[in-house]
Amino acid sequence: MEWVNAILQGTLLGGLYALFAAGLSLIFGVMRLVNIAHGDLIVLAAYLGLTVTSTIGVHPLLALAIVVPAMALIGYVLQRGILNFTLGDDLLPPLLVTFGLSVILQNALLEVYTADPQKMNAGALETASIPVGDLAVGVLPLLTFAFAIAVIAALQFVFYRTALGRAFRAVSDNQDIAQLMGLNRRHIFGLAMALALAVTAIAGILLGIRTSFDPSSGGGRLIFGFEAVIIGGLGNLWGTLAGGVILGVAQNIGAQINPGWQLLAGHLAFLVVLAIRPRGLFPRISG
Amino acid sequence: MTDISQNITVSRASKASYIAAILGAVILVALVTAPLWAGRAELRLMGEIFLYLALASLWNLMAGYAGLVSVGQQAYVGFGGYMLFALTMFGGLHPIAAIGLAGVLGILIAIPVAFLIFRLRGAYFAIGTWVMAEVFRLSFAQVSALGGGSGSSLPVAIVRSLADGRQAREWTSYWLALGVVVVVITAVFLLLRSRRGLALSAIRDNELAAGSLGIDIWATKFVVYIVTGGLTAMVGALIFLQKLRISPDAAFSVNDWTAFVIFIVVIGGIGTLEGPIIGTLVFFALRETLADLGTTYLIILGLVAIIIMLKAPKGIWGLIRDRYDLQLFPLGYRVSQSKSDERS
Repeated sequence: MEWVNAILQGTLLGGLYALFAAGLSLIFGVMRLVNIAHGDLIVLAAYLGLTVTSTIGVHPLLALAIVVPAMALIGYVLQRGILNFTLGDDLLPPLLVTFGLSVILQNALLEVYTADPQKMNAGALETASIPVGDLAVGVLPLLTFAFAIAVIAALQFVFYRTALGRAFRAVSDNQDIAQLMGLNRRHIFGLAMALALAVTAIAGILLGIRTSFDPSSGGGRLIFGFEAVIIGGLGNLWGTLAGGVILGVAQNIGAQINPGWQLLAGHLAFLVVLAIRPRGLFPRISG
Repeated sequence: MTDISQNITVSRASKASYIAAILGAVILVALVTAPLWAGRAELRLMGEIFLYLALASLWNLMAGYAGLVSVGQQAYVGFGGYMLFALTMFGGLHPIAAIGLAGVLGILIAIPVAFLIFRLRGAYFAIGTWVMAEVFRLSFAQVSALGGGSGSSLPVAIVRSLADGRQAREWTSYWLALGVVVVVITAVFLLLRSRRGLALSAIRDNELAAGSLGIDIWATKFVVYIVTGGLTAMVGALIFLQKLRISPDAAFSVNDWTAFVIFIVVIGGIGTLEGPIIGTLVFFALRETLADLGTTYLIILGLVAIIIMLKAPKGIWGLIRDRYDLQLFPLGYRVSQSKSDERS
């Protein structure tokens, strides 16, 4: 039963990892940009949520109403102000600029919020659970998983059913021709980053309710998101959810064997997939 | 109608590179004799500068020439450090022998790592190297003989075996750091001068074109990756011989061993041998003046790196080179036409 429990809880944890990964996957799909600061942006969203809940005293989930638009705005400004200037054939500028951004974000958060681990208080939601047979399923993990499915379904809808999604796919296929067809790719990229950071905001708030976080926890979140993307296959959003679930299950099984092996087991699962299926389990686009 | 080839000479060295070679030799002699004229604190600082310069030159070789942008070189720094501790504590080796062996083991461990992460392209390769570093960190944290998650200190007897007396140990440690940076820069220089180096420069300039000319891109990158891994492990062993204490978080710190190194190379000028030297000097000048600011210093460093990457992607050395057509290390080929034919 312990093992069934580990797998069940791991699956639900995978929802959180899929939320970490969805923004990363979206950005890569639209503009081939890998944002090294992605994890730090998740942590930034968590801190913004903390500020909102502590100043106006609302429930963390209601704070989403402020943090999501705030992060989307940050995303648009970031893209148009800095990241658009790094895009091109050369891989180095986007990588190094987002790396610099990551260091700036970490230290700015350290300056403002100190290094003390913080956590958001969500009241009864944190401990509520539903009994399923002999097991207890936490309401928060279940909610997180539901959020992950809803976010991915929404992104999928935007991507394949709306004018904005058509624009995303057009600039992804061929920037120059999309530009000739009257799309302003700088604006489209700005919107894509805004959308990605809106997802990041949801991920950050749910992270902040689930566990404690500090300014240096961004790197780990980036790595989990990245592993979920690679395991699931590049450019496949539902695959990313599957990747997150595989990662979460591997971590929980590792922790069940030996508490010290939790993270290691997740990384090993990633390396095994990389060795056997280098393009991920369900690839859509080539890297 | 004269045959144009008769009036053109191709040379590698220039007047500037001869002067630089002489100046370099003078500086090297001054540095070798530094224990005679510098104080303890200066020796320690210079030792640290050398080790960072070695790390920066190695990262530059990978990212600037082979296009392998790694944010996981801390894997090899920490691996080398841990090998120094393991080989001296359990293998009974002399610390200097352990440093050399750490380099060999670094190459051996880099081979399977390369086979795995070379499956990832570009930016995903970068994050893949970071995952590898995390795997190294978590694995060494599981080894209880080396102190597990809290780390361990180098036993006094091993420290004493390096040399007799504190002064002799400090001098040895300084000379080892100087030695490793000379070895690294010479190795990178010779590699770039060689046939393989020509292939590397071609890959740097245009990977597709280089491939179509018959260069085995995978093999070239593979060699660069494992050699860099081995040399980085040696530098790592030296770093922790100076620190005398190792823990997983310190040994595999992404900020200390990769972020700073990347900033050094970007600020100095990526894809040149001179860049890391200038970048290291700028980095330590900034650190010695701004370190009291704490986190603000790191924010400034990040901003400087972003601005340089956006406004002057070739770094400080790139600006100087474009302005004065200088090259201190004779790596490129220069074509010059004899003066009398310039009219034709």
